[in-house]
Formats: sequence, C-alpha cells, structure tokens
Amino acid sequence: MGVVHGEEMVLNIGPQHPSTHGVLRLKVKTDGEIISEITPVIGYLHRCFEKHCENMTYDQVIPFTDRCDYLAAMANNFGYVVAVEELMELKVPEKVEYIRVIMAELQRIASHLLALGVYGLDIGAFTPFLFMLRDRERILDMFEMTCGARLLYNYMWVGGVSHDLPKGFVETAFQFLDYFEPQIEEYNKLLTYNKIFIERTADIGVLPQDVAISYGVSGPNLRASGVKWDLRRNDTYSIYEKFDFDVCIGDGGQGTLGDCWDRYYVRMLEVKESVKILRQALAQMPKDGDVHQALPKKIRPPKGSIYSRTETPRGDLGFYIESDGSPIPTRVKMRSPAFTALSVLGELAGGWMMSDVISILGSLDIVLGEIDR
Amino acid sequence: MSVDTLFDFLGSIIPAMEGSGLLLVIAILIPCLLLFLVVAVNAIVMVYAERKVAAFMQDRVGPMGQGVGLHAGKWGLLQTVADALKLLTKEDIIPKNADKLLFILAPFMIFIGAFVTIVAVPFGENVIVADFNIGIFYILAMGSLGVIGIILAGWSSNNKWSLYGGMRSAAQIISYEIPAGLSIIIIIMLTGTLSMQGIIQYQAGGMFNWIIFANPFSFIAFFIYFISVVAETNRTPFDIPEAESELVGGFHTEYSGMRWSFFFLSEYANMLVVCAVAAAGFLGGWHSPIPGYFDSNGWGIFWMMSKIVFLIFVMMWFRWTFPRLRVDQLMNICWKVFLPISLINIFGVGIWTLVFG
Repeated sequence: MGVVHGEEMVLNIGPQHPSTHGVLRLKVKTDGEIISEITPVIGYLHRCFEKHCENMTYDQVIPFTDRCDYLAAMANNFGYVVAVEELMELKVPEKVEYIRVIMAELQRIASHLLALGVYGLDIGAFTPFLFMLRDRERILDMFEMTCGARLLYNYMWVGGVSHDLPKGFVETAFQFLDYFEPQIEEYNKLLTYNKIFIERTADIGVLPQDVAISYGVSGPNLRASGVKWDLRRNDTYSIYEKFDFDVCIGDGGQGTLGDCWDRYYVRMLEVKESVKILRQALAQMPKDGDVHQALPKKIRPPKGSIYSRTETPRGDLGFYIESDGSPIPTRVKMRSPAFTALSVLGELAGGWMMSDVISILGSLDIVLGEIDR
Repeated sequence: MSVDTLFDFLGSIIPAMEGSGLLLVIAILIPCLLLFLVVAVNAIVMVYAERKVAAFMQDRVGPMGQGVGLHAGKWGLLQTVADALKLLTKEDIIPKNADKLLFILAPFMIFIGAFVTIVAVPFGENVIVADFNIGIFYILAMGSLGVIGIILAGWSSNNKWSLYGGMRSAAQIISYEIPAGLSIIIIIMLTGTLSMQGIIQYQAGGMFNWIIFANPFSFIAFFIYFISVVAETNRTPFDIPEAESELVGGFHTEYSGMRWSFFFLSEYANMLVVCAVAAAGFLGGWHSPIPGYFDSNGWGIFWMMSKIVFLIFVMMWFRWTFPRLRVDQLMNICWKVFLPISLINIFGVGIWTLVFG
C-alpha cells in the first residue's frame, strides 16, 4: 500500500491543553494525523526545589517534597524522611513504620485511581473517571481525618509522623477496603475490558524491556514491560519485608507486552496488591506507642552523603542528600521517576497518530510538578 | 398542520385576502416560528436531560437547587436557562487572524442544516409542517448541509486544532452518510414511498408491522442506521471532531458565547431529527405498538415522542459509557464493516421481498 506524504506541520500540544497532565508542552511534527517526531519541552513548573533545600533545615524541606509529586505527597514525604533517617542512622518506632506504610499504600491507591481515571478521560470515557474520583475521595477523607490536609500533608517527619492515627481510623480503613475491593471489578467491567478501550490501547506505544531499562524507566511503566522490579521487594525499606504481596508485571494480556493497555492494567493490579498490604498492616499494627518518641531535638546529620530510594506510585524515587554536619543540607538531589518516563515518550510516540500520542502520554502517568521540581 | 391547510385556514378567516401571496408568506412564517421554538425548547430540555442522565450514570446528583437565593430552581430545572443567559451575555470573540466572514457564517450554516430538516419530520398523524413527497430524501440532503458549516468553522478559525477537527468531521460525516443512506434505501424499497407520512402509514397495525421487524435484514439495517447517525451527529464514541482531550474543542475551539451555543443547538436539533427518522422509518412512527391501544389521533404525538426520547436516551447512554474511537478505526468500521453489510442488506431485502413479499 502506498503512503502519501504531505508537508509536515509543527504543532504545539500544550502548555495549555486538557491532556498534558500539567503544564507540559509537546512540540510535535505531524504529517496530517501521523506524528513523525515529538519533543517534550519542560520547565514551566520549575520552582527551584533543589536550590531551596540548600537554604532550609532538614525538616523544612518536607513540605516542599509534598509539592513535587502533588498526587502522591505521602510517598514523597516517605522517600525523603527515609533518606534523612538513613543518613542519621535513626531508628523509628515500629508503630510509626506501620503508619507510614499504611499511608503510603493508601496514597498509592489514590494516585493510581487518579492515573487510571484520567487515562480513561484521555481516551474519552468520562464515567470511569468520576467513579474513581468518588472512591479516591474516601481516601482523602481518611488523610484529612489523620492530619487535616487533603492534598499536601507534611505528615511524615524525620523520626516519626506529625499526628498519631485518630480514633476509629482502623475501622474506617477496613470499611473502605471492604467497600473498595468489589469496585475494582466494576472498573474492569466498565473500562478495562471495554472493546473500544482495548482497541485504543492494546499494541499502542509498545515499550520494549531493553529500551525501558536503558532510559531508566521505573515503577509501573517498567513492570508493564515485564521486568519484575519493585523496590519494596528488591531493595526493601521500612517494613515492607513483613508483608506478603506480589509484584505485578504486564503480560501483554490484550496485545504486545509493554503496550498502553499493560501499563494501565499493571496499575489496576497494583491497586489490588496495595489493598492486600493494607489489610495486613492494619491488622498487625501495634495498638499503642508514641509516634513522637523518636523525634530528634535537632536534625543534624553527620558529615557524609546518602542516596536512598523508595517506590512511589510513579516509580523509583531517589534522594541524594549531602550533609556537612550543619542543620542545613549542602545538596539535595531528587531523582524523579516521572522525568525518566517522560524522556522515553519520544521513543514511544514516533509514527503513531495524534490520538495515540495522547493515549501514550496518559499511560506513562507523569506529574509535571515532579518533572520540573 | 401543514402549510397548505394553514394557508386555506387563513384564507377562510380573512376572505378579502384569500389566495394572496402575503398570506402564503404568513402561512410559511408561522410554522417556521413554531419550529424555531421547537429547536430552542428541544435544546433546553435535552441539555438538562443530558446533565441529569450523565449525573445518574456517574453517581452524582447533577444540577440541583434548593433554599432561597440565586440557584438553578427546583431540581436544577432552570440550569439550562441560566446557561443560555450566561452564553448570551458573554463577550463575542473573533480571533484576529480568523477569516471573519466565514467565521461568522459557519455556526449559521450548521444551524440551518439542522433547522430546515425538522420541516419534514412528522410528530403525529397531522403534525408535520410539510409532508413532501420526497420527505426522507429531503431530510438526508439537508442534514448533510451541516458538514459544510463544520468545515468552514474549522478552516476559518485559523487554528491548527480547529483545522484538525474540521477535516476529521468532513471525513467522518461524509463517510457515515453512506451506510445511513443505504439503510434508508431499505425503508424505501419496502414502502415504495419517499414521503415520511407514507412510510409511517405503511407500518400501521402493531409492532410486528414495523419495518424493523419486517425481515432480518431490516433489523440489522436499523442498528447500522442508528450507529451511523450517532457518528453523524458527532456523539461519543464517534466524537473525534470535537475530541476534547485530543483536539481541545475541535472545530469549535475558537468559538465562544452565543456563536458557540449555536453549535450545540444544532447538535441537539440534529439528534432530534435523526432519532425521529429512526423512529418514523423503523419503529412505526406515531403508531402504537399494539393495534387499538391508545391509537387514537392525539396519542400519535405521545408514541412518536416516546420513541424519539428513548432513542435519544440511548445516545446519551452511549456517550457516558464508551471511550472514543480513533479516526482510522472509525473509518475502518464505516468502509469495511457497515458498507458491505448495508449492500448485502439491500440485496437481501430485495430477495426477501421477491420470495415472501
């Protein structure tokens, strides 16, 4: 079949566009509907996070980590405090560890729900989005119950957490999980196995394993390509080794391994695993204990540096912290998982059609706050 | 209620002017005014219905109002009125580099395409503005005027997104008119008439005389017709010309205020027309499903409207359930699936009529 070529046109997708998931600009070379080249332009949300950190005490950095990945603020807090505690060789009470894992996993569900729902919206399905946001709301209610904030929590502190779990939290959480688990089936019926949805996502934007690894893609995006890599298992931190859960990987269920549908479905599976972890953590958590017990009077890590990484909903979040022994960090560097995910977009999207670019971008689940920092 | 009877009626009450040209103009203008009212009220009701249907499907309450103060009335009934007022008072923006004449013309072109088709839509046994002898052909022909407006809008906005939307819709609407038209040919083959009332009269005598149940081929034809017209009216899952998440707003990206609302007015008018054609052509029009059951004169409007409303509800149901197709998949369905099936259908109906007819 002959292919007709026309004049190429440069099209700007964004910075103001409903499907760029933030303030992202994509410079796209198109020939009609077909994309030949795609260049992401970032930096619209740059807030000098890393430079700011060099002028603040260690605990003042935590609210800034919230604002990096604003859809998974708990996970970012977690990553940072784990790094600082490792640098200080600080041991936190067991109860705090449990609370942190509960919060991080609730956050993972909330973040994945938003990612899945918005992905449906990108494909054109409105209703699943609202269903998922309805359930995410209940998680946010639980966060509000705990620390008063719904989006940016500043909840995890170095050596502890800001508030103990409120009365009735465990019951509320169990109620939520009982309600939520059957909902996953409903999402699957409504969106995952919808014929049109499969047509739009299967075999589209295939990310092969070697490309994913060479670009440093991590998290669900990497696992969707069939790599069994989860820091909660492979480089375990906090108390994750105590829990029984599977590392979900894509299997090319509806098309090729590593396509958009796999990336979508791995997130759906991870939500189920998070529910599993939550049930165990809520049941095993010690009833009493002071969450403020291990808080250091002054955070003054010894001279040295640390690179520590945690598994956020977006992937492998790394913090490099250099300390000169003063209460102010000399250097804080954040390795953003969404940044690596975005950098692979050019590789994935060339040759696909306009609508597919939106679908591929959505499947990577990027957060611009974290990319630009 | 046709123009002729109105003309005669006016002549009889003003005998001095009987047969004059002025009376004819008045006789034409009165139904036009009524039709405009129908289109406007239709849009108001359907926007409200769409909001409520969407809310119902999405586990929300939709527009609601209660208590004292500025709100959208009981159950949000005044929501659309508020919307219309907002749109009317909005600033009218024409982009600097737009082709001004075409930009202004486009919404009217689309609106005319939707508006003039209603002339031939029968709402009851006697409620039709003009029962042409080529009624169904007229509806098809006038219905395709709208696509010119969409291309104009896409082109004149001088915006790449609008251009994408315009070009997509040109390809889509023109393609889907073919299976829709071929399905309607089956109606014409069976009834032997192009007149809308003639088609409905053919289906008298209960639901098993409706064309949808006339033979297996016409049963398939109904679904092909219905899906094709969903595509023709740019509704999800075929809303690629608007494709909010891809093309921002498609061909109406640059439009605002009342000009923008004309696109919506005509979308809803189009929905009414295509559902009316489906109801009249396949589902027995204003006939009751059971012969003799509420089949008297006045009930015709009720049956016709309930069939139209049901089909419109199905369209809304589609919209709030399905994701959107991609442009090439859309074309594949049209040219590789619907078109061959439609052709086989025509052949099949021909043979069926020959053997069993």
